Amino acid sequence: MSPLVGVLALQGASGEHADALRKLGARAQEVRIPKDLASIDAIILPGGESTTISMLLESSETFEPLSELLAQGLPAFGTCAGMIMLSNEVLDGRSDQRSFNRIDISVRRNAFGRQIASFEKEIDVLGLEDPFPAVFIRAPGVEVAGPAVEVLATVELDKGNEIPVLCRQNNVLVSSFHPELTNDLRLHQMFLNEV
Amino acid sequence: MAENTGGSNSQIGTVRVKRGLADMLRGGVIMDVVTADEAKIAEDSGAVAVMALERVPADIRRDGGVARMSDPSMIEGIQAAVTIPVMAKARIGHFAEAQVLESLGVDYVDESEVLTPADEAHHIDKWAFTVPFVCGATNLGEALRRISEGACLIRSKGEAGTGNIVEAVRHLRSILGDIGKLTQADSAELFDWAKRLQAPLGLVQEVAETAALPVPMFCAGGIATPADASLVMQLGAQAVFVGSGIFKSEDPAPRAKAIVEATTHYRDPSMVAKVSRGLGDAMPGLEIGELETKLAERGW
Repeated sequence: MSPLVGVLALQGASGEHADALRKLGARAQEVRIPKDLASIDAIILPGGESTTISMLLESSETFEPLSELLAQGLPAFGTCAGMIMLSNEVLDGRSDQRSFNRIDISVRRNAFGRQIASFEKEIDVLGLEDPFPAVFIRAPGVEVAGPAVEVLATVELDKGNEIPVLCRQNNVLVSSFHPELTNDLRLHQMFLNEV
Repeated sequence: MAENTGGSNSQIGTVRVKRGLADMLRGGVIMDVVTADEAKIAEDSGAVAVMALERVPADIRRDGGVARMSDPSMIEGIQAAVTIPVMAKARIGHFAEAQVLESLGVDYVDESEVLTPADEAHHIDKWAFTVPFVCGATNLGEALRRISEGACLIRSKGEAGTGNIVEAVRHLRSILGDIGKLTQADSAELFDWAKRLQAPLGLVQEVAETAALPVPMFCAGGIATPADASLVMQLGAQAVFVGSGIFKSEDPAPRAKAIVEATTHYRDPSMVAKVSRGLGDAMPGLEIGELETKLAERGW
């Protein structure tokens, strides 16, 4: 049986992740309330507004059960807002914003600036032969990555200052950018290899 | 400054980047705010973005006169108060207002019929900008004309400032209904469709093939309750703009939060019921037939 991957669908670009999963032969399940978590083998936390998603996780009473599954080792892939939610520390977040503490990084929201500074770029990724088309939208940036974190790609934040934009710790993968907005499935495949 | 983001070989202002922000707002609520305090309330209530403007549509309607772009210091005050995206409105055709908004670093420009149009024949050439644009539409032809001018997000217009959902429903049904018909048309009929819609043939063919607009479509104009949000989401909107409906209601913060939750859980009536309880009075509504000015008729 192909793996069943939950896609958090409270707000944001969840549909593109589900499409990518199906193209790779996995099954996708939208997650909005706790019972949607039953029997999933992994989860994707998509891009969107992290403050909104964080509030909706609380109001739908999904935060605690999802947090428990993640703590038990549920494989997770977070893009943009999803990276923020999986991180150990959120900088420039709201004071009541919670995260799942599944990867030892400190993430600054909107590190690259406002929308007019949003950009796309071909980046080199450790373990991939050809460059990956990375789309950064009001993207978060990793300020500190702990020793257990593998940095798979970096981008220049300002002159001479490269920061991590794709990181992995055990079976948790996070990106500042949006692979789901391209037709390139290699990062989704990299994630599914861990499931 | 912005040109260097991401180092060498990076590109800003691409269609993918502009449209991408609209994609990230899907399933969310964008709220009209006129002060930094209101912007904070909107953010606290789970808004995915705020629209900074001087007067909400209900007040523009009441006060009359020419409605223009907001004072830059007011927009900057709102940008400083929140971390979520900030949008602002420019008059239809007023590219200089749009240039000012871009220089302020707003995240989206709304070329909006809620303000008094500055040009009676031309909309802004939106391809000329790095900042993305959202535009209103009442029908498929209007939506495709705006997309051909570079809009990366369409919102059905509805009738702003009325608290009456009927026009939003009419516009959504018209746009989505015609998309459905296009998918049934044969290739010869598409030429006639392009002529009737007054829209570029290439875009008409693309919609016929994909059964969707090439950019996301949100709903605006008249949403006042959680059930209104659920209605338009079920009809096919991908997110909602709420203007006067929040801050013209009796108790804005709980209503704002309830509309956010209803937009997420729009397919679950028991959830919509749960968040609809005890919200106090919605904004007072207006009958469309009694309006002196129909804002939705602005735009060409």
